[in-house]
Amino acid sequence: MLTINEINVFYGNIQALKGVSLEVNEGEIVTLIGANGAGKSTLLKTVSGLLKPKQGTIEFQGKTIAGKAAQTIVKAGISHVPEGRRVFSNMSVEENLDLGAYLRKDHKAVAEDKERIFKIFPILLERRKQLSGTLSGGEQQMLAMGRAIMARPKLLLLDEPSMGLAPLMVKTIFHTIEEIRKEGTTILLVEQNAHMALSIADRAYVIETGHVVLSGLAKDLQEAEQVKAAYLGGL
Amino acid sequence: MKKSKIFWIYIAVALVVYAIVELLIVNGQLDMYYSNLFITIAINIILAVSLHLVIGITGQFSIGHAGFLAVGAYISAIFTTNLGFPFPVALIIGAIVAAVAGLIVGIPTLRLKGDYLAIATLGFAEIIRIIFLNIDYVGGAAGMQVDYLTTWTYAFFGVLITIIVIANFTNSRHGRACIAVREDEIAADAMGINTTYYKVLAFAIGSFFAGLAGGLFAHNFFIIQPSQFGFLKSFDILIYVVLGGLGSLSGAVIAAILLTVISLYLQDFPETRMIIYSLVLIIVMLYRPSGLMGTKEITDFFKFNKKAKGGKVNE
Repeated sequence: MLTINEINVFYGNIQALKGVSLEVNEGEIVTLIGANGAGKSTLLKTVSGLLKPKQGTIEFQGKTIAGKAAQTIVKAGISHVPEGRRVFSNMSVEENLDLGAYLRKDHKAVAEDKERIFKIFPILLERRKQLSGTLSGGEQQMLAMGRAIMARPKLLLLDEPSMGLAPLMVKTIFHTIEEIRKEGTTILLVEQNAHMALSIADRAYVIETGHVVLSGLAKDLQEAEQVKAAYLGGL
Repeated sequence: MKKSKIFWIYIAVALVVYAIVELLIVNGQLDMYYSNLFITIAINIILAVSLHLVIGITGQFSIGHAGFLAVGAYISAIFTTNLGFPFPVALIIGAIVAAVAGLIVGIPTLRLKGDYLAIATLGFAEIIRIIFLNIDYVGGAAGMQVDYLTTWTYAFFGVLITIIVIANFTNSRHGRACIAVREDEIAADAMGINTTYYKVLAFAIGSFFAGLAGGLFAHNFFIIQPSQFGFLKSFDILIYVVLGGLGSLSGAVIAAILLTVISLYLQDFPETRMIIYSLVLIIVMLYRPSGLMGTKEITDFFKFNKKAKGGKVNE
C-alpha cells in the first residue's frame, strides 16, 4: 500500500533520514520504534507531505506522492495525527472534527462519520461543545485521532499517541488503535513506548539516527536481543 | 433558517443609525466637526476590521497595514484628482490596487512566521511610504492636493460592506480554515488545508479593505502626505485590534470607536495627550489582557443569536 524507497530528508544541512526504505501493506499495523531524534517523526512528516524528501521515492497505492503538497496527500487517503496532538484549542470538539473533514464534500457521510467517531470515543460526545483546549491530554489525543479519521483515510499515520499520557490512558488509546484497524484502516504507528507498540503491531521497523537498523515481525522483534536491550528495558 | 432573518434585522438597525446621522448632518445639527468625527470613526472601523481578519482570524501578525492604506489613498486620489474618475470608481480601483499590493507582499512574506513576518510587513509599509515620498507626480513630501469628496454616506456604506464581507467570510468554510491556520498551522496542514493559500487570501482581502479605507481617508481632507502613513499609523490600527480582543470583530469595532473618540477629545490637551492615551492602553491591557471582548462577539450576549464569533461557527 505504502512503499518508501531510499529516502533522504534534510533539515537545512542536517540529514535526518539516510536512505530509509519501508513498506506498509493493506490492513496492517506497522510500527516504527526508536529513540528521540532517530527520525521517526521526520519519516511521518515526509509521508504526509509536511516535509519533502531530497532523494528517494514514496508510493501510495501505486502513485508517487513524494514531494506532493499535503492537501494532495490527504486527498489521496493518508491522514496524519501529528506529534503532541495539536488540536485547535480555541475551537470546540465538534469544530475540530469538522475540520478533519475539511476536504470532503459529502456532507451526509461526514455527519455519519462523526457519529461513528462519537461511538469510538464516547467521551468526545460528552464534550462535544467544549473548547478542545480544556480537554485532558488523553481526551485531546482521542480528538486528534478522531479528527484524522474524519478524513476517511486509508492509511493513518500516528505520531506518538502515548506521549505524556497516564498508563491507563495509554492502554485505552492502544486498544482504540486496534479497533480502528478492525474497521479497515491501515496504520503506521510511531512510538517510543516500544513495548506497547510491538504488542499491537504486525510488523515493526527499528530506526536509529536516520537508518533502519532492524525490521521484521513485531513478535520476533519483541524477542530480539538488540531491541530488548535498547528499547524494552533489557528484561 | 433564522440566521437570514437576524441578518436583516442587523442591516435594518444599521440603516436606521445611518439615516439618523445623515438627517442630523443634513439638518445642520451636526456641524463639520462632528460629521468629520463620524467619518473618521467609520474609516478606523474599516481599518480595524480589515486587520482583524489578518491578525485576529488568520493569526498573521502584520504590522504594515498603513502601507495598504497609503496605496488606497494615493491611487484613488490620482484617479479622482488627476484623472477625473468618479469617486466610487476611484475607491474601488484604490482598493483593488491595494489588494494586488497585498498579494505581492503576501506571497513571499507569508512564509515567514511571527516576529519575522511582523518585521517584513513593517518594512514593506515603509517602502511604500518612501516610494510615494519620492514620486513628484503625487507631490512628494509636500503632499498631494485631493478633492474633498468623502461623505458620511460613502463612509457608512464602506463600513457596512466591510463588516458584511468579513463576517461572512469568517463564518464560511474558508473562515474556519483561516482560524485553523491561526490555531495550529502544522495541524491545519495535516488536515489538508492549503495554509499558504488562506494566509495570502486573508491578507489580500484585508489589504483590499485597507485600500478602501485609504480612499475614504484621502478624500476626507484636502491634502495627503506620506508622513500620515508612517508606522505609527500601522500601530494605531494594530492597537484597535489588540485592544478590542484578538479574534473579535465587534471588539475591533468597539475599540476603533472608543479610541477615535478618546484621541479626538484629547486633542484639547496636546501636552498630555499621548500620556493619557498610553495610560488608557496600559490600564485596559492590565485588566483585560485578552482585550475588551476577548474572542467573543457582541452578538454572543444576545441569547437569540451567535453570529460571527471569532472562531465559533453555530450550526
